[in-house]
Amino acid sequence: MLLIVGTTPETDFPLIEGEACLEGAGLTVAGRGIPVNRGTAALLAAAAATLAHYSQPPPSACLAHDTGMGGGSRLLYEHLAHVLPNRKAGVLCFHYLQPDVDWHNRVLFAIQGMDPRPLLIADAGYMYVAKMSGQAGEYDLFTPDAGELAFLADETAPHPFYTRGFILHENTKVPDLILRAYAHRNASRYLLIKGKTDYLADSRGILAAVAEPLIEALEPIGGTGDTLTGIAAALVTMGLDLEAAALLAARVNRRAGLLAAPTPATQVAEIIACIPQALAALQGPAISKR
Amino acid sequence: MGPPLEIQSGCDLVIEFPIIEKLQVLRTLNTVHLTPLEVVPVSSPLLTPVDLFQVKDFGRYLMVRAANMKLTVDKATRIIVNVSGGGCPDVPYLAQELVGRPLDQAPRPRDLGHTLCGYALELAFAEMERQCS
Repeated sequence: MLLIVGTTPETDFPLIEGEACLEGAGLTVAGRGIPVNRGTAALLAAAAATLAHYSQPPPSACLAHDTGMGGGSRLLYEHLAHVLPNRKAGVLCFHYLQPDVDWHNRVLFAIQGMDPRPLLIADAGYMYVAKMSGQAGEYDLFTPDAGELAFLADETAPHPFYTRGFILHENTKVPDLILRAYAHRNASRYLLIKGKTDYLADSRGILAAVAEPLIEALEPIGGTGDTLTGIAAALVTMGLDLEAAALLAARVNRRAGLLAAPTPATQVAEIIACIPQALAALQGPAISKR
Repeated sequence: MGPPLEIQSGCDLVIEFPIIEKLQVLRTLNTVHLTPLEVVPVSSPLLTPVDLFQVKDFGRYLMVRAANMKLTVDKATRIIVNVSGGGCPDVPYLAQELVGRPLDQAPRPRDLGHTLCGYALELAFAEMERQCS
């Protein structure tokens, strides 16, 4: 089972937990409709589309309203710290939460009480706080973009906003940033670095790269990183090993982008709609249920 | 500025002031209903916010990146067509409020945002205004 944790900017939205169902372009969680624009909704929709394509059970979601004040994120942290030790989940995927080191550590402690221990994926704010806590090595997959990789590589930065210029500079090479992130123990077991070329890496360096198809117009589109994380989370939930899931996700995300014929003004929902067709074109290896 | 390692707790911003003025500074903050999480002496260097911008021209569209935030505008209409990047929970909210509006009619990220990602988006917004002027 895949459990996705994140926030939504929708107002009047209490903490909810339930199955995420995608019907056409509409996403519902525990019966509540959620617009699929970007953020956790895009990640959820991409995961749901992927699982539905393989006739797998939908992902579960744990969501709360948060527009940056942190209240919804704290509700989620507290809820997770309480319920996770008694939960079964093959994969936990954490997303847009307000970084809070103390609460992060309480949730991680709760996860350490889960049997069996789930695979841990973190993106966005939760990846930031996982790094800031010094516990990045507890995670199986981070999905940073180039700027966020520079943040992971900067051992002093608590947030990408403070990444030092000599590390953030465009000329700093991805392999160097990867090695630096691992040298300072600020990376997860695997990194899936999204960008002009997507890289899969671990502590040994780059394992594989996916550069085709190259669609320049995807870079400005909000949510394309979220969809990549969602597809990878779904594939690993279905039993693919992490390396295969990450690489297939990168290919599917790019193919879906190509099929959407995007411009920089395209919205991510148009790309999510193309995920089933992209999956059909790029059938992965046989999968077993995690 | 950003805090040194020993007092980092999350999405942090630091105001630096001479410690001898502590009471006056606290009184001033109190008048605008701001309460610091901590007031501490520091000896190690504070972190500096990112000041590098990357600008990418897509022909009809222009993208500006500041730190982890990207803002894209239709050059002809100055309408914000996409907001990308970031990880704090105000990012989807800011994107929802900004996308589809012309630069000069859109709310400022500094007015709606609450986090460092919101701050970075404000920097991208200001740089975009400069680029489009």
